[in-house]
Amino acid sequence: MSRGPGSQCLLPRLSAGAPSPGLLPGQAPGRPASLHEHLALHGGRPSCDGSLQRRRHLIGEVERAGLTGRGGAAFPTAVKLRALASAPHARVVIANGVEGEPGSAKDKVLLTLAPHLVIDGAVSAAELTGATEAVIVTHPAACAAVRRAVGERRRAGYDPVPVRVLAAARGFTAGEASAVLNWAEGNGAVPTGRPPRLGGRGHRPALVQNVETLAHLALIMRHGASWFRSAGTLAEPGTILVTMLGAVQRPGVYQAEPGMRVSGLLQLAGGASAEPAALLIGGYFGTWVPAAEVLPLPFSAAGLSPLGARPGAGVVAVLPAAACGLAETARLARYLARSSAGQCGPCVFGLDAIARELEQAAAGGRCDLPRVRRWLRDVTGRGACRHPDGTALMVASALRVFHREIGLHSRGRCSATASAGILPVTDPPS
Amino acid sequence: MTRRARLIVDPIACDGRGLCAELLPAFIALDDWGYPVIPGGDIPAGLEREVTAVARLCPRLALRVEPAPRG
Ligand SMILES: Cc1cc2nc3c(=O)[nH]c(=O)nc-3n(C[C@H](O)[C@H](O)[C@H](O)COP(=O)(O)O)c2cc1C
Ligand code: SF4
Ligand code: SF4
Repeated sequence: MSRGPGSQCLLPRLSAGAPSPGLLPGQAPGRPASLHEHLALHGGRPSCDGSLQRRRHLIGEVERAGLTGRGGAAFPTAVKLRALASAPHARVVIANGVEGEPGSAKDKVLLTLAPHLVIDGAVSAAELTGATEAVIVTHPAACAAVRRAVGERRRAGYDPVPVRVLAAARGFTAGEASAVLNWAEGNGAVPTGRPPRLGGRGHRPALVQNVETLAHLALIMRHGASWFRSAGTLAEPGTILVTMLGAVQRPGVYQAEPGMRVSGLLQLAGGASAEPAALLIGGYFGTWVPAAEVLPLPFSAAGLSPLGARPGAGVVAVLPAAACGLAETARLARYLARSSAGQCGPCVFGLDAIARELEQAAAGGRCDLPRVRRWLRDVTGRGACRHPDGTALMVASALRVFHREIGLHSRGRCSATASAGILPVTDPPS
Repeated sequence: MTRRARLIVDPIACDGRGLCAELLPAFIALDDWGYPVIPGGDIPAGLEREVTAVARLCPRLALRVEPAPRG
């Protein structure tokens, strides 16, 4: 059966005035879909259990769909499913809804409005891999909705594997895969440096997937690979949830298709609310790009590659011309330095040094750019997780895009007329 | 023939006192914060024995010698 891309809706009704493809009839905006409403909209969850051969075939369907991770790295989901399916002992599937990034809202919105879709995906992944438990680790803001959904399913005897809900620890690095596994196994929410699929130190081997990835998986198991491929591009099929913030008319979460123009993406949010100067694409580990250059490009890894950007975790922040890109970058760098899990020297001291230098530059003081560039190289690949790498990529892009602004500051000037920060650096309350 | 090998540092375990770099400055440098920077790629032929000895001396057991990935 083939349905149009508009039906690939993860969200029954989107937040903040978004267009609403394929709605849940009768569901009030902002209210979670009940199990009944969920089943009426999507139909039942097909079993993904059975012989090894059948499960292999279904993982093959995920591969044919071309589903990739929506948590930032865009890694092929089928490869992870296959690796865990051949792990030696008891396995666990972890739905990563930590969403530690303050600028991102898509996972909270998805978990709040369509918790059953995420749980369906986690249970299907558990069946596909032979895992004995599914754990939904959710940002505290969505915890009530997810708990209610799991309760409904328990009463209905809906799921073949136990589903546990766990409120996430706060903080940017708490969402890193090994930190989420460590937290789910009853330890601290800090990265361990061990790939989750290997387990170890009292951990079961784990499949850690972003909650949006699992929601797509739930729909692929229902409607098949070619249905999923009816949206997006050949290389980047399906849809992607995008959080738009900054200088747009209606900040919020929107469902986009890879390949649509970045300008079209902004139109989903009602267009720019002030003249845009630069966009931060992909989140706080993403890439700053000049607005004029990025607006005509397709929103996809292939389309954005001339500017070195990628959709990443689906955050698009619009910096208005009135704001200072250097000051904004210094705030982000300080936030990311503060967010270090404090375990690895180059991350702890390196990110702090980089942030300090950028803060000095933003304040019109001395800034040794070649030294900052060397530090960005020095921290890359030197931590137990990719927190320093992601931070360095974002800062490096800022040094390119805000080059003129950095020059102005070194002469004691600044082009900005507004002083308030645009990008949030505190986690929203639960 | 001996298999090619790599030196790996566990950044969580390492405390950055720099003993390794002191013992083997020809191979291990320190960054601006005192943490060891280990060149990517294989341990050069002839240095393997020394590198393995230094790895054993790390007080935090943060260094290990691993066979290089094939290919
Ligand atoms: C510092 C850091 C923070 C991260 N935070 C999150 C997060 O909040 N949510 C998330 O899904 N992935 C996060 N990731 C990525 C995860 O490590 C992992 O790649 C992802 O959950 C895998 O799921 P996916 O393949 O479905 O994207 C983070 C990575 C790093 C290095
Ligand atoms: S690199 Fe940074 S965030 Fe990652 S484990 Fe080490 S100290 Fe923690
Ligand atoms: S000797 Fe070990 S703990 Fe000390 S700096 Fe070298 S790797 Fe780190």
